[in-house]
Amino acid sequence: MPIDILMPALSPTMEEGKLSKWLKQEGDKVKPGDVIAEIETDKATMEVEAVDEGVLAKILVEAGADNVKVNTKIAVLAGEGEDVKAAASAAPARAKAEAPKAEASRAEPAPAAAKPAAEAPAPQPKPAAQPAAAPSYDASDEIPAGTAMTRMTVREALRDAMAEEMRRDPDVFVMGEEVAEYQGAYKVTQGLLQEFGAKRVIDTPITEHGFAGVGVGAAMAGLRPVVEFMTFNFAMQAMDQIVNSAAKTLYMSGGQLGCPIVFRGPNGAAARVAAQHSQDYAAWFSQVPGLTVVMPYTAADFKGLLKSAIRSPNPVIFLENEILYGHQFDVPQLDDFTVPIGKARVARAGSHVTIVSFGIGMSYALKAADELAKEGVEAEVIDLRTIRPMDIDTVAASVRKTNRAVVVEEGWPQSGVCAEIATRIMETGFDYLDAPVARVTGKDVPMPYAANLEKLALPTVSEVVQAAKAVLYR
Amino acid sequence: MAVAAARKAAPARKDQPKKEVSAQPASFTRDQDEHAYREMLLIRRFEEKAGQMYGMGLIGGFCHLYIGQEAVVVGMQMATKEGDQVITGYRDHGHMLVTGMDPKGIMAELTGRRGGFSRGKGGSMHMFSKEKHFYGGHGIVAAQVPLGTGLAFANRYRENGNVSLAYFGDGAANQGQVYESFNMAELWRLPVVYIIENNKYAMGTSVTRASAQTDFSRRGLSFNIPGEQVDGMDVRAVKAAGDRAIGHAHSGKGPYILEMQTYRYRGHSMSDPAKYRSKEEVQKMREERDPIEQVRHRLMEQWKMSEADLKKIDSAVRDQINEAADFAANDPEPDASELYTDIVR
Repeated sequence: MPIDILMPALSPTMEEGKLSKWLKQEGDKVKPGDVIAEIETDKATMEVEAVDEGVLAKILVEAGADNVKVNTKIAVLAGEGEDVKAAASAAPARAKAEAPKAEASRAEPAPAAAKPAAEAPAPQPKPAAQPAAAPSYDASDEIPAGTAMTRMTVREALRDAMAEEMRRDPDVFVMGEEVAEYQGAYKVTQGLLQEFGAKRVIDTPITEHGFAGVGVGAAMAGLRPVVEFMTFNFAMQAMDQIVNSAAKTLYMSGGQLGCPIVFRGPNGAAARVAAQHSQDYAAWFSQVPGLTVVMPYTAADFKGLLKSAIRSPNPVIFLENEILYGHQFDVPQLDDFTVPIGKARVARAGSHVTIVSFGIGMSYALKAADELAKEGVEAEVIDLRTIRPMDIDTVAASVRKTNRAVVVEEGWPQSGVCAEIATRIMETGFDYLDAPVARVTGKDVPMPYAANLEKLALPTVSEVVQAAKAVLYR
Repeated sequence: MAVAAARKAAPARKDQPKKEVSAQPASFTRDQDEHAYREMLLIRRFEEKAGQMYGMGLIGGFCHLYIGQEAVVVGMQMATKEGDQVITGYRDHGHMLVTGMDPKGIMAELTGRRGGFSRGKGGSMHMFSKEKHFYGGHGIVAAQVPLGTGLAFANRYRENGNVSLAYFGDGAANQGQVYESFNMAELWRLPVVYIIENNKYAMGTSVTRASAQTDFSRRGLSFNIPGEQVDGMDVRAVKAAGDRAIGHAHSGKGPYILEMQTYRYRGHSMSDPAKYRSKEEVQKMREERDPIEQVRHRLMEQWKMSEADLKKIDSAVRDQINEAADFAANDPEPDASELYTDIVR
């Protein structure tokens, strides 16, 4: 069979071009790689190379022809052992340079193969109608009744979680700046080097982009790295490896290559460290499909969720908080206490208004609930714990009961996590709302250094109380 | 072995690593020459076909062809053993073919079909095969360098004796994360070979316009990583350098840098008219240095193979490529339900 040579597309957007010159003539022998013609588009002149071997039997579009549509037959090649004359005579008549449009318009349209059967409608992210009510998650089942509790700091709970997982799985290792010999910049990895040795507790150079990538590569090879960022502010240097390499590879590999890695460290404002060291990245990371984003508040949740994060087959962004490190909470005395990722916890039951928060935002929410209780308002406080995937069912169930919602975070307002929660409340329970959802967030400014300004930039308990009263029209 | 222990045990190198000049390339046996010829031809025919299918609108987006650089991956792969990993950037078709990934699955990924290695969700620049130890196919320039270093970290951690080959171009060699990786790899003596494919142009910018140090084998100097420049158009020189580099990494001495001096005949991507260089320059390379012609010449002169013998190989390769192209053109697109799969496990 003679081989048809088609007008090629030279860029993803090219639809037609000028066949400016033939470099081979009828009867010429061609082999793969030979330049046979030149094509001009509005952007560039490009060469057309032969892909097959044979004799150029007939040229169908003359040099100089304008507006030749992509995939028009421009020549016929007689393959090896084929009759050149027969191939040429079987081909259609040559298009004249002066009338190329007519010929071009008779050309077949772009092959159907370029756009095959993808007519099935893309699944809609959300139906317009309100979905059926989904049940709330009951976190009280996580700790069996009668379990003894130990008082410990968030810092100790995190250390215990890592140590327990390292004992359980030899593929788990910790790497980061000052995690080993210095015992952790915030002493979260205290004692790990002594127990697990330098092979599994690894001090890195100050090179976030590099060691984040090394961690991701090790995870692709099947290890389970726990990568500590001294603070998440420095993770910006590693953003490409986190987003483009860790989060997307499972999808881009058709499910072959997962990335079981945990990136953890303090996130958000500490105290008096100013703009570059005081940013909450929950919203940034939570936008990325492929990432799991966890931001707990209590020591028990830090412990149980970090253990789950280390066992997760997915990349997990585990956001801690420097101020919370020293806070004490009850942690269950269980051999293997885990908290499921993607489930919220009702931290305080109430019936008048729902306050949703996460991480250190919970401290404002809980204190505000205390204040409100003094005035006879019973707030239900929900700790999201995981930002992505978000347990909107538990939030929605609460809003169906209270009909009012306030959302609280330390991060910035625009495109923030609160904005997302408010949208989801609207999508899942608009008909139940008796007032617009109110947001209490960090102010829309870089974090200032001066003590008084810093205070003004952060949310306050009083703002949460005011917001709750506002949605209650009190 | 413990990473920190390795650091302490290894004596500090006082001598600056010398740039070893590749001596007379190791000679190949007839079988090796024949193998190299077949492998390089497979890549070239695959790429020519991919270029053609791009022109037909069957392949979309970005498509970077490897034509001209075939000897690099073929020679390096001949120096590896089962278990050694390969990772590279977006000009990845050749690297996949030499690891033994099925041309049908690669071509079907290029056309975005369900039979592709990433089930149509990755495309030309993003393909992987755990089975063949190929870790991508990465679209962000130089991102594969820390990742390949991480693969080597895992090899060291598991003490499995494998070496990771991290390929990148002369353009990627100017990215900061490359040097972050060099530092950690040498510090921890990781079994990784960094292969810099210097094809003279980072997209449209020639090496001399982008690089203060154009001798890429010296780019590891301040980390004490040895390096050498290799004639990347001669598959025998590549294989010999690969043996030295992999041997170095495998023996626990840490990373090694190979600068492969090579050339791409085609534009940076399909939509590049390559106006930044002369036609004569490309033509001269093709005529005088072509990696496939060099081997073809040896097969005929040294090994007395006939035109007919070579024709047999040529047609077998062509059949394989045509089969891949047919499959890729006719395989269905992924089911719409695939949109929401493989995001998390």
